[in-house]
Amino acid sequence: MPQNPRRLLRGIGLLCALALGATACGGSDDEGSDQKQVSSADIEAALKKGGKVKVWAWEPTLKKVVADFEKEHPAVDVELVNAGTNKDQYTALQNAISAKKGVPDVAQVEYYALSQYALTKSVTDLTPFGADKLASSYSPGPWNAVKSGDGVYGLPMDSGPMALFYNKKVFDKHKIKVPTTWDEYLQAARKLHKADPKAYITSDTGEAGLTTSLLWQAGSRPYKVDGTKVGIDFTDKGARAYTDTWQKLLDEKLVAPINPWTDEWYKAFGDGTIATLPSGAWMPANFASGVKEAAGDWRAAPLPQWTAGDKASAENGGSSLALPELGENKELAYAFVEYANSGKGVQTRISEGAFPATTKDLKSKAFQETEFAYFGGQKANKVFAESAANVADDWQYLPYQVYANSIFNDTAGKAYVSGTPLAEGLKSWQDASLKYGSEQGFSVQK
Amino acid sequence: MTTLHLRGAAAERRTSRPPSPRRRRSWTGWGFIGPFVAVFALVFLAPLAYSVYLSLFRDQLIGGTTFVGLDNYQQALQDSQFWASLGRVSLFLAVQVPIMLGIALLVALALDSGRLYGKDFFRISVFLPYAVPAVVASLMWGFMYGTRFGLVGDINDALGVSLPDPLSPDLVLASIGNIVTWEFTGYNMLIFYSALRVIPHSLYEAAEIDGAGQLRVITAIKLPAIRGALVIATIFSIIGSFQLFNEPSILQNLARNSITTDFTPNLYTYSLSFAGRQQNYSATVAIVMGLITMVIAYAVQLRGMRKGA
Repeated sequence: MPQNPRRLLRGIGLLCALALGATACGGSDDEGSDQKQVSSADIEAALKKGGKVKVWAWEPTLKKVVADFEKEHPAVDVELVNAGTNKDQYTALQNAISAKKGVPDVAQVEYYALSQYALTKSVTDLTPFGADKLASSYSPGPWNAVKSGDGVYGLPMDSGPMALFYNKKVFDKHKIKVPTTWDEYLQAARKLHKADPKAYITSDTGEAGLTTSLLWQAGSRPYKVDGTKVGIDFTDKGARAYTDTWQKLLDEKLVAPINPWTDEWYKAFGDGTIATLPSGAWMPANFASGVKEAAGDWRAAPLPQWTAGDKASAENGGSSLALPELGENKELAYAFVEYANSGKGVQTRISEGAFPATTKDLKSKAFQETEFAYFGGQKANKVFAESAANVADDWQYLPYQVYANSIFNDTAGKAYVSGTPLAEGLKSWQDASLKYGSEQGFSVQK
Repeated sequence: MTTLHLRGAAAERRTSRPPSPRRRRSWTGWGFIGPFVAVFALVFLAPLAYSVYLSLFRDQLIGGTTFVGLDNYQQALQDSQFWASLGRVSLFLAVQVPIMLGIALLVALALDSGRLYGKDFFRISVFLPYAVPAVVASLMWGFMYGTRFGLVGDINDALGVSLPDPLSPDLVLASIGNIVTWEFTGYNMLIFYSALRVIPHSLYEAAEIDGAGQLRVITAIKLPAIRGALVIATIFSIIGSFQLFNEPSILQNLARNSITTDFTPNLYTYSLSFAGRQQNYSATVAIVMGLITMVIAYAVQLRGMRKGA
């Protein structure tokens, strides 16, 4: 019985989205949503009353946050469940939502996946809880990612401003200068591979996340999403800059065909087979735990630029905590999310190695002065914080990016194992993504 | 005794005719098969019916769920991705199954010939791969196929050669065929071998008296006698090929550019449903695929049986 009004409301939301587009829909949120404004007094009362909050997340630093939160609010019982990492968890979450059963009260959702849940109203708009007032406390990239129209569908948990991680020992050995532009990067790749045929500048077997991040940095804006209108174009100037450079790297076999997150990958970082990695600022913890043998060898540098002298950057990865619409105990759930992502939990998570999305912490002296033992004492957070400030905030992901990413290797992946040019591969990715979009009821334009 | 008893029963029936005995009799029957029917309906018919029901709808991100009749079927019949995946498993079927069954038959005949030294050890070692879970087997072979750290890589390093990458798009289907052959030869061998064991020895003796050689015994006695087992093994292999999933799904982690998400029909339905949230269309593809499998398996059975008759 209680499902019917909800289904009706969702129907109204969708109708409204169809008729007016998402931006115009913001106004109708008040009547379309069954929530009223929730004051901090309401939340306080809920915390006192207590209850259970079920959290689905794979972020390891949350364990400590949960313990602290429960200590502070003894009546509240937070159950932290690892329901799988990224797409495994999304599958489980999607299944729970379809079945209307077993939906968690809080779920970790990466930025690229959030808009899909926001579009289908599977996650709660947090503006009635006052989340919109937190806008200025987050860096622009992550905040833009949790916002959809006038709604705020999650609070940023961490961020991944990009940097170039490089093995200084290898660079010193072959007397290679750390590249500041992608052209220099290509030169460095050639020089390195010539000096040591077993060494590669980086590894890439086709990863949608890395490709979209580098396009973002290059100034390409392939995805144009306006409500239910979707456009994809991988041929703009930024995309051409990316494909030109990357095509050369692939053609000359300068990137190692090693799959990421495998033992082989970590081993290759340790023994100098892979000399650099463009990645998000959350990467150091993985280096420290996965590549112990190379402690002290690696450093972080600003991402190479597409135009010499620029300071462009992009986000890679990062997640939010969102409240699934079908979850319960919304007040408690929001209280936990706010504690973890905006309140005291942020400091706890930073000390556990997470990279925050809050500007206050990014700018704090203590944070910037932190010396990374793994990076030979380098104050790497300075590099990351600067990168975070330079992220352009007008990037958009598709409202079905999870699916699009899942078919990246079917289409663009061809460029990595056959003679198909990367630009052509991206074109077929574009076509397949658009096809799916129109099957899902979006009006697509090429 | 018997006639008396029957007559008595008949008399009883006659007397109890008024309250419609027919219905009572049918209800008693239902009572006996009821538990079976209930379980059968629950685990066989209900999922099938639900899939058919699902296949008549479409769930979109924009627009929600709508009844679309047979639109999904029409889409499936024109879906080039689906037909390409079907073509791939058909090729697999045409090449891998004869090789696998041929080897299995050869081994079974060798075991049955009684001329093999260490027969029991040989039989168990051929069968053993079947006891290895498909996931473990795929992982194991996947590591051997590796050109960087795997067996192939080691051979390349040791001999200074450059073997082609078994996980490249051109070779990956053959590599999967190799894994499947390794896994299932022993299983099929056991089917053939047990069929060979039940052939009466008197036939061999008669053949020997008639002066038939071993080859003649095989073609004239053994093969005709195990025709049923051959047909069954072929049908199992056809179904197995069409349902190919575990091996490509595991190897996908190692070779994601070679094994696409629509590599086999089953992999395609899996990714439609789990990555693409298109459960309805996925159900449609699964039903179409099920029908195709049924038709082909049935055709093989008909043909196999006709020859036997």
